[in-house]
Amino acid sequence: MSIRERLSGNEAVATAMKQINPDVVAAFPITPSTEIPQYFSTFVANGSVDTEFVAVESEHSAMSACIGAEAAGARAMTATSANGLSLMWEMIYIASSLRLPIVLSLVNRAVSGPLNIHCDHSDAMGVRDSGWIMLFSENNQEAYDNLLMANRIAEHKDVLLPIMVCQDGFITSHSIENIELEEDEKVKEFVGTYKPNHYLLNKEEPIAIGPLDLQSYLFEHKAAQAQAMRNAKNVILEVSKDFEKMAGRKYGLFEEYKLEDAEIAIVCMNSTAGTTKFVVDKLRENGIKAGLLKIRVFRPFPTIEIANALSKLKAVAILDRADPLNNAGGALFEDITSAMYTQNIHVPMVNYIYGIGGRDTKSTDIESVYSDLQKIVETGNIDNPYRYLGLRKEEN
Amino acid sequence: MNDLIEIRWHGRGGQGAKTASLLLADAAFNTGNYIQGFPEYGPERMGAPITAYNRISKKPITIHTNIYEPDYVVVVDDTLLESVDVTAGLKTTGAIVINTTKSADYLKTVLKGYSGNIYTIDARKVSMETLGKYFPNTPMLAAIVKVANIMSDEELLNDMKGSFKHKFAKKPEVIEGNMKALELALKEVKKV
Repeated sequence: MSIRERLSGNEAVATAMKQINPDVVAAFPITPSTEIPQYFSTFVANGSVDTEFVAVESEHSAMSACIGAEAAGARAMTATSANGLSLMWEMIYIASSLRLPIVLSLVNRAVSGPLNIHCDHSDAMGVRDSGWIMLFSENNQEAYDNLLMANRIAEHKDVLLPIMVCQDGFITSHSIENIELEEDEKVKEFVGTYKPNHYLLNKEEPIAIGPLDLQSYLFEHKAAQAQAMRNAKNVILEVSKDFEKMAGRKYGLFEEYKLEDAEIAIVCMNSTAGTTKFVVDKLRENGIKAGLLKIRVFRPFPTIEIANALSKLKAVAILDRADPLNNAGGALFEDITSAMYTQNIHVPMVNYIYGIGGRDTKSTDIESVYSDLQKIVETGNIDNPYRYLGLRKEEN
Repeated sequence: MNDLIEIRWHGRGGQGAKTASLLLADAAFNTGNYIQGFPEYGPERMGAPITAYNRISKKPITIHTNIYEPDYVVVVDDTLLESVDVTAGLKTTGAIVINTTKSADYLKTVLKGYSGNIYTIDARKVSMETLGKYFPNTPMLAAIVKVANIMSDEELLNDMKGSFKHKFAKKPEVIEGNMKALELALKEVKKV
């Protein structure tokens, strides 16, 4: 039986980490993820976990310590946000290229500058091609569930890649909401024990990790990393199926909300998907065939599956919570339009940059997107595909 | 109680409006509801205006935005009435609950003709009588539960007893005072 509780997103993550009971947690505090290592350190102090907690002096060291621990054969986890992830950046690539299945909880926040502590996805988008698996979570429940699945996905022999589980800073990390928790014993059994095949502290098999890798083999090693990322897709589906057996909650690569007979749809990630569901329900009451595709697995990107899921729509809006500043649309927009093109599927699509620096995305904002889509369907005219949502209008 | 109740709290940093919204979420959760409790984080300092929110529903809540058209507004500090537009978007079918001793005429003027119900409570008096110190959040919690009819008095008192035991585990001497503050506040909240 699941346990009915109410927790903030950060409490949910800390609870998942307690139940996973990793060998090592190395972390440095940064808003809005600070509470995660804070709560976790109390679990360590109380003896409810037997984790080695390393209070490092920076995020660069946090990731370095996780790399050292995983290379040694241990299970390591950390949490961070925004500039914390920026400071890890060098080690983020080392972690994935050494094929170390580290688990990171990323509480999304705008990367400075100017200084802003609130939610957008610029931190995650900065590492989107660094070889990490990336899962996004609509609410505290999904942040918890995704984290419980994270080790199994990352440590799978066909994958062996680090994984980050994202949720929206403050919006879900600091909001108390209902949640269904799983029992400690069931989680322990589900997550299982980490038995790496190759690790530094194995005296039977002396190995080196991360030596020089020049023209002869780096290319092949990168291709192997890319293949592991492709493999992750099926592993995520398998682990999600097992998770459903345990918890009864179903997860795929993405969630289709009232998409089957929809004519217009929004694609987005994290908490805005919840607000969009609220709006879809409202529009459906008025006979408007609106739908939502919520991305869960952003890396590996489910190109073909998404292209197929969107193929029957009359117009689609892709919402990006990070301004790419590149004159070519947000990351999600680029990925989806590219997926559609390569599958030879043409559906009118527009991109909205929204919610930058924690700008609240109201239900009326989402309504305005659907109404824009209706206009595109009526007129067949996209006009400008690169748009803003919720941007302050110029005042005279 | 309606299917979905949306509440906005206005207070000043340090008065416990955020804590009150979280305690309300707790109490509503314990009586079987779906809940959200979240503050609007900004550059908060002691004394600066802050906003916090609650959603309480019989059904799962998916919306994740601030609340722009609340059913109820709670004002923890009446010095905010002249500087913050506390009735912005407030439904006229709902109500505002204010911690104040100011006159009905003053309140009607400062609330710019808000036509919904106005309730007041002297949370300072309640707090001083029961706790000997000024902590307005416990009386305001009782006041909004009563006005919005979120649960019965008995349910609130039973549930909060448990919450206070947990919250004040390290200073159990304040539990009784807080319980008395709730009881007294339930009686003291008055319609203007």
